[in-house]
Amino acid sequence: MLEIFTLFADWLVYDLLGLSAATKLGDALHFFVEDTTKIFALLVVMIYLIALLRASMNIESVRAWLVGKNRILGYFMGAGFGAVTPFCSCSSIPLFLGFTSAGIPVGITMSFLLTSPLINEVAIVLLGSLLGWKFTLIYVGVGIGVGVLGGLFLDLIRAEKMLQPFAAKAYAEAKQADVKAEVRRLNMAERHQFAKDELIDIFSRVWKWVIVGVGLGAALHGFVPEGWFEQHLGQGQWWSVPAAVLLGIPLYSNATGVIPVMESLITKGLPVGTTLAFCMSTVAASFPEFILLKQVMQWKLLVILFCLLLFAFTLVGWIFNGIGLLFLAT
Amino acid sequence: MKTIKVLGSGCTKCQKTAEMISRIAAESAIEVSVIKVTDPAVMMEYGVMSTPAVVVDEQLMHSGSIPHRADVEAWLVKA
Repeated sequence: MLEIFTLFADWLVYDLLGLSAATKLGDALHFFVEDTTKIFALLVVMIYLIALLRASMNIESVRAWLVGKNRILGYFMGAGFGAVTPFCSCSSIPLFLGFTSAGIPVGITMSFLLTSPLINEVAIVLLGSLLGWKFTLIYVGVGIGVGVLGGLFLDLIRAEKMLQPFAAKAYAEAKQADVKAEVRRLNMAERHQFAKDELIDIFSRVWKWVIVGVGLGAALHGFVPEGWFEQHLGQGQWWSVPAAVLLGIPLYSNATGVIPVMESLITKGLPVGTTLAFCMSTVAASFPEFILLKQVMQWKLLVILFCLLLFAFTLVGWIFNGIGLLFLAT
Repeated sequence: MKTIKVLGSGCTKCQKTAEMISRIAAESAIEVSVIKVTDPAVMMEYGVMSTPAVVVDEQLMHSGSIPHRADVEAWLVKA
């Protein structure tokens, strides 16, 4: 079914524009046209369908689910909800406070906040269509793993003691009893309206990232020689993983912009683990986000969180460089 | 006069929401005072977890998205 996009790109680039597949420009342009049209079509379908399904779910009901849960279960649920519940990063502070003031441990809240930017329907569509389902599963597994373990660690070091005073007070005085979420039953028309709003909202936010990401990917695809990364940043250089993680931090982007670049990096021979580490650090460890979190956390906790992420992504990179090639040999 | 607070961290959606409410109020010649609130502690007091949120005369009406025009009109007209 997806060949239609290849055929369209063939027609547009080779027939209509008369470029040859053998030229760098023709190759890069074909890649760009095929991938953007495919991704746009898949995004429209997926965002709409998923929104239709989760129309009646909101952040209040997630909170009601998480209140008073067993810790270990809580981390998995926090990360799991983070993966399926979309929320704008500008809401992370009120969300953090809403969870904290309901007595949800900081670690469980952070499981949610760490996983949320890493995993969402847009990321899944992009990974699935560009890098295949195996890689997508690995990515989702690692994303949830980082959320769960990160949350667990933050509670072990008693992160709640390192919040800003007003947030710490809200946690200490939390009343679990008064968080009830009303779940409204929606009819089909309401679900459609919600899904339509979501589609317009998400699509209008991500389409330019897809263009930028795929454009960069196409440039890499057409102009960087095969195996370039293998020669320069291959398996042997252990430092390439932490370097990729560090490089990813100032390059703040969302999953939409980075994943198309990942595809090209991998096909050019950048090891899977290094690519994964780079992508995750670009998406999940960003300065603007950290500045926001300063409103509720003390510097000490921010620094710990930052180091934790760097360490986690580096470890992920090393592990997958070790086993990745066996795994992804297709 | 109605006091309408738009709660949010100052992201574009929150600004659009505030602008939209002011505009619709002006169109219908209804006097309102639209205040943007960015203090997270205040958001916590209103129990808001997703922004932008709209508080009309101290009552939380909406949260999580730019409201629909019809909703805004209803808030403005309601006594």
